Amino acid sequence: MNIDDIKREFPIFDDKIQNNDLVYLDSANSSQKPRVVVDRIYDFYTKEFSNVGRSVHYLAVAATNLYEQTRVSVQKYINAKDKDEIVFTKGATEAINLVANTFGQKYLSEGDEVLLTELEHHSNYVPWHFLRKAKNIKIEFAEINDDGEVTLEAIERKITNKTKIISVSHLSNVTGAILPIKEIVELAHSKNIPVLIDGCQGAPHLRLDMQDIDCDFYAISGHKMYGPTGIGVLYAKKKWLEDLPPYQGGGGMINEVKKEGITYGELPNKYEAGTMATAQVIAFNESIKFMEKIGIQNIEKHEKELLDYGLEKLRKNNSVNIIGNPKEKGGVISFTIEGVHPHDIATILDEDGVAIRAGHHCCQILHDKLNLPATARASFGVYNTKDDIDKLDEAINKCKKIFNL
Amino acid sequence: MDLKDLYQEIILDHGKNPRNLGKFDNYNKDAKGNNPLCGDNVHVYLRLNENKKVEDIAFEGHGCAISMASASIMTDMVRGKEEKEVKEIVTDFLGMIKEKDSLETNILKDDEKTKLMSLSGVKQYPMRVKCATLSWHTLTSALDNSDQIVKTEE
Repeated sequence: MNIDDIKREFPIFDDKIQNNDLVYLDSANSSQKPRVVVDRIYDFYTKEFSNVGRSVHYLAVAATNLYEQTRVSVQKYINAKDKDEIVFTKGATEAINLVANTFGQKYLSEGDEVLLTELEHHSNYVPWHFLRKAKNIKIEFAEINDDGEVTLEAIERKITNKTKIISVSHLSNVTGAILPIKEIVELAHSKNIPVLIDGCQGAPHLRLDMQDIDCDFYAISGHKMYGPTGIGVLYAKKKWLEDLPPYQGGGGMINEVKKEGITYGELPNKYEAGTMATAQVIAFNESIKFMEKIGIQNIEKHEKELLDYGLEKLRKNNSVNIIGNPKEKGGVISFTIEGVHPHDIATILDEDGVAIRAGHHCCQILHDKLNLPATARASFGVYNTKDDIDKLDEAINKCKKIFNL
Repeated sequence: MDLKDLYQEIILDHGKNPRNLGKFDNYNKDAKGNNPLCGDNVHVYLRLNENKKVEDIAFEGHGCAISMASASIMTDMVRGKEEKEVKEIVTDFLGMIKEKDSLETNILKDDEKTKLMSLSGVKQYPMRVKCATLSWHTLTSALDNSDQIVKTEE
């Protein structure tokens, strides 16, 4: 795999940004888009546009077929058993909200417990918090250890006979910890507890096999997988999609609508109310193909090399503290510099075209636990190189110089 | 854009060693402000005497160099001023950060204005304007006895 060739497929790197070559280290936030994805959106709107699933004219049928092709691509990519287990959403956030809402409606009542972890992104906490308000349920948090990871034992400690669902990240967007999700699912299932995996950071970087992981739900974000914004996927075992109530009501999700009553459509239409992000779903197929062409094992290997190089480099840089030290870690390095606030770091790095993120990364629970109001974070994608990390290191040195460290 | 405009010596100094940091006992007005996007927060305490003069002022909180320096310089500047003078300074400062090229108030001496103008570098960094203005909005809220926590995001 030749990174220079891959990088050339991303138009954003063609031009200078603010007179700098772009060093994009914010892929955990959102990835850049390859030309094939951008072109697909343009081509669909200019040559093939129609709404899907309704009309019978040529364009409508063609668009419906394209839309459904993405579903099959996703199914194959994550090795789901059935294409009807793939529900398109506006993002991973909506996927988690869908599960919290419908599962909560049917299966949660006062005193029941939902088990999360201290690592969770706000999008895997706030939807459950709504239920805490509405239904008086309890939310428990499995604790992180000193290395910033959540172990199987930490999960086990918080399971009680009131635990009704477990919802955990696949890969932490702050410490980079990869959770032992297969073992968590096995443990949970031995106690008849379903498991939702927030796969926002897992899907773009790790090989996925739904039948092997055996989780009940898996939430995916399209725009972190080199795909368009406004598109995500909820994978759910068919038994759940058949069993749970619909999420949103509207066109497309119904079977028959009468004054006396309504019946709902078959899967997967039951969960796709209204006009979906058609162009984005169709273009998302190109993201999947793009990743398949490179090969997920090559992506994993490349990002692991970058991570090892980055950790080595930054550990040598005095006054840089790396947050967490998980044994299984994805391409995320969160750090602080003693004496420089993360926002100042981000502004100074940006001056040299080094784009990182600073803040709590939508993980306030975790930052409270770490007793840090904010951290700086560099995260990798397929287009990053060791040169990018060298530039990060140089920009950090400049930062230290400005602050007289 | 030039980083030297943003991180002037005076800002680095106040950012690193903020003046009036802490809390004092006999304050009679206070307010909290936070910036949910960054996690920055500030709590301004002040004592207005019977003549509506700021007898003492201090703040607690944490944030970036810009926000700490801004709170530090602000508290230095308004101590000893009357409430209506303070409000005029706040309005003048926020106006300068937003659009005006300079400070217009006659209440501040030239060297004080120069000090405040050191924060004008944030104008080139729209994302950082909130860092510079948070403590000022919070000061207004304290003077107005508002119970609302000042937020930079709606």
